[in-house]
Amino acid sequence: MTATPFISVRDLAKHYVSRGTRLNILEGISFDIAKGEVVGLVGESGSGKTTIGRSVLRLVEPSAGSVKFDGTELTTLSSAQMRRTRPRMQYIFQDPFASLSPRMTIGEILTEGLKIQGIGTRRQRVDRARAALEQVDLPADAIHRYAHEFSGGQRQRIGIARALTLAPEFLVADEPVSALDVSIQAQVINLLRDLQQRLGLTMLFISHDLAVVEYICDRVIVLYLGRIMEIAPSADLYARPQHPYTRALLSAIPSPDPDAPRNRQILKGDIPSLANPPSGCVFRTRCPNALEACAGVAPQLRQVAPGHYKACIRDDLN
Amino acid sequence: MNAPTEPILDIRGLRTVFRTRGGEITAVNGIDLTVGAGETVALVGESGSGKSVTSLSVMRLLTRNIGSIAAGSIHFRSKDGRSRDLAVLDEQQMRQIRGDDIGMVFQEPMSSLNPVFTIGDQISEPLRVHRNAARKSAMEAAITLLEQVGIPDARRRAGQYPHELSGGMRQRATIAMALACDPTLLIADEPTTALDVTIQAQILDLLLKLQRERGMGVLFVTHNLGVVAEIAHRVAVMYAGRIVEQGPVAEVFRNPRHPYTLGLLASMPKLGEATRLKQDGQKLAAIPGVVPSLANMPGGCAFSPRCRFAIGACQAGVPMLESVDAVHQSRCIRWQEVGQ
Repeated sequence: MTATPFISVRDLAKHYVSRGTRLNILEGISFDIAKGEVVGLVGESGSGKTTIGRSVLRLVEPSAGSVKFDGTELTTLSSAQMRRTRPRMQYIFQDPFASLSPRMTIGEILTEGLKIQGIGTRRQRVDRARAALEQVDLPADAIHRYAHEFSGGQRQRIGIARALTLAPEFLVADEPVSALDVSIQAQVINLLRDLQQRLGLTMLFISHDLAVVEYICDRVIVLYLGRIMEIAPSADLYARPQHPYTRALLSAIPSPDPDAPRNRQILKGDIPSLANPPSGCVFRTRCPNALEACAGVAPQLRQVAPGHYKACIRDDLN
Repeated sequence: MNAPTEPILDIRGLRTVFRTRGGEITAVNGIDLTVGAGETVALVGESGSGKSVTSLSVMRLLTRNIGSIAAGSIHFRSKDGRSRDLAVLDEQQMRQIRGDDIGMVFQEPMSSLNPVFTIGDQISEPLRVHRNAARKSAMEAAITLLEQVGIPDARRRAGQYPHELSGGMRQRATIAMALACDPTLLIADEPTTALDVTIQAQILDLLLKLQRERGMGVLFVTHNLGVVAEIAHRVAVMYAGRIVEQGPVAEVFRNPRHPYTLGLLASMPKLGEATRLKQDGQKLAAIPGVVPSLANMPGGCAFSPRCRFAIGACQAGVPMLESVDAVHQSRCIRWQEVGQ
């Protein structure tokens, strides 16, 4: 892991109690993000990727663990201190329809954060909003219009512009292109990459789509049922996936290439319930390589190549 | 992949319109499409392309008084060999066909299952309605069907309610329901879109197996080109209410002859390719602009405002579907230059 991480997450956990049953949504999540780095969080439903994104920004309160942002421990900050830190970190939401108020003009949406933070005069705030719109390739006159006047792709650009008005250093992008059509998705992916590089943003990019993640992220964290299965630099993860779950996930993605080999490995069964997770390795009930020992203790992440970690006891898989 | 046989579904000149406050809009604008016995045809396109409206038109499930078939015919050959035009059948005749000759699977299994009936009840319902099966024998058949769609412990599951099943299990149950009466045509509208990728792989595998075993024709509606390559023999690519390209999947994907198909394939991030693009400092090939609104269609070729091949002549009129070869068509006046 990096020498001086910008974001440092240690032993993050989140538990909920639902009808008397304790659900361990997240267990023992530790990772770092270097300044200017883009880290992907991938996993299926219930893997905890959104909960991690929200916990890191304290949009939900973690049950345990530590989140350091540029050296400051966030989990113990008062709400006033937290509010002062918030402009430096922003969130981009998945659903461009639900995340923009239908009753506010785009200008009001884009300046709201600045207003709450007491930044600038009215005029300066509007100028910032215009500049943000320009950054996402939308016309400046959009500030007088309402969200319903825009297409899904344009709304997602507005969501990105809103995150940018506060000039953040760190962005959590939660499935920012999942609700978009393929042809529009590529536009928004390109935009996010451009902005990230131009502004030197640090980013946590949450997605269920491994191909999108490969394109935008420097490193990738693979989650399953609230636990980290594998962490690796992108190029390494896709070329040499080490965890059986990562391999299955990659093999499950249907390829449009008619010449691609169709030697799909299909996982049996369903993702287990969080109310009743398997003992030991949580993936073992669907793992084609599981041994008896896998039911024992939960495997710890260990390094298998430079910067490449996996939580699997088997070393004989190739 | 098998050669197409005589079609069981033959759609000609289908035009479906919706009445809105702003006037009438045409969601499907002159579609010709066939599905052969034992053939899987994918209808692929983005939001508003008309792919789902096409499948709803075939099933005659358009919201009454809002959507209607304005022109064209939908000839369907039922199990008894009779060919009828679904576009003109009355509701009672359609009810006899739906769930019997035509099975249907939708995107969201939770909303196509009734929460207050058990899985077994719901799978046996088509058998009781269409076959007059007795309760007990229908339930036994339902359990067999659940086994066929890969639900473990089928007898116990038959007694459970939809909320007690996972998303993947529920979709297996709706497939069992669709297949109960051994339909000749299965219409599957985004059946794996709501599912996680490892569960999607299971359901696609199941559909492929069932299609082969039963020799059904399948009309498969999806936005996912990867899924198309996985499951279909032929593909029809829709844009703004029209088929812009069609042909055998391998042929169309290897050698796309419409700029929209070319753009869609290029704009999809592909595993393994992204690392290379990133290292070369290249961008994903996005299609510029937005999908046009049905209420405000550009003249001529609807794709021309977004098309890098567009020339003046593209505005002149809607291009005809031209033959690239005997099985492959493109609705582009410059198809010979596209993909060269």
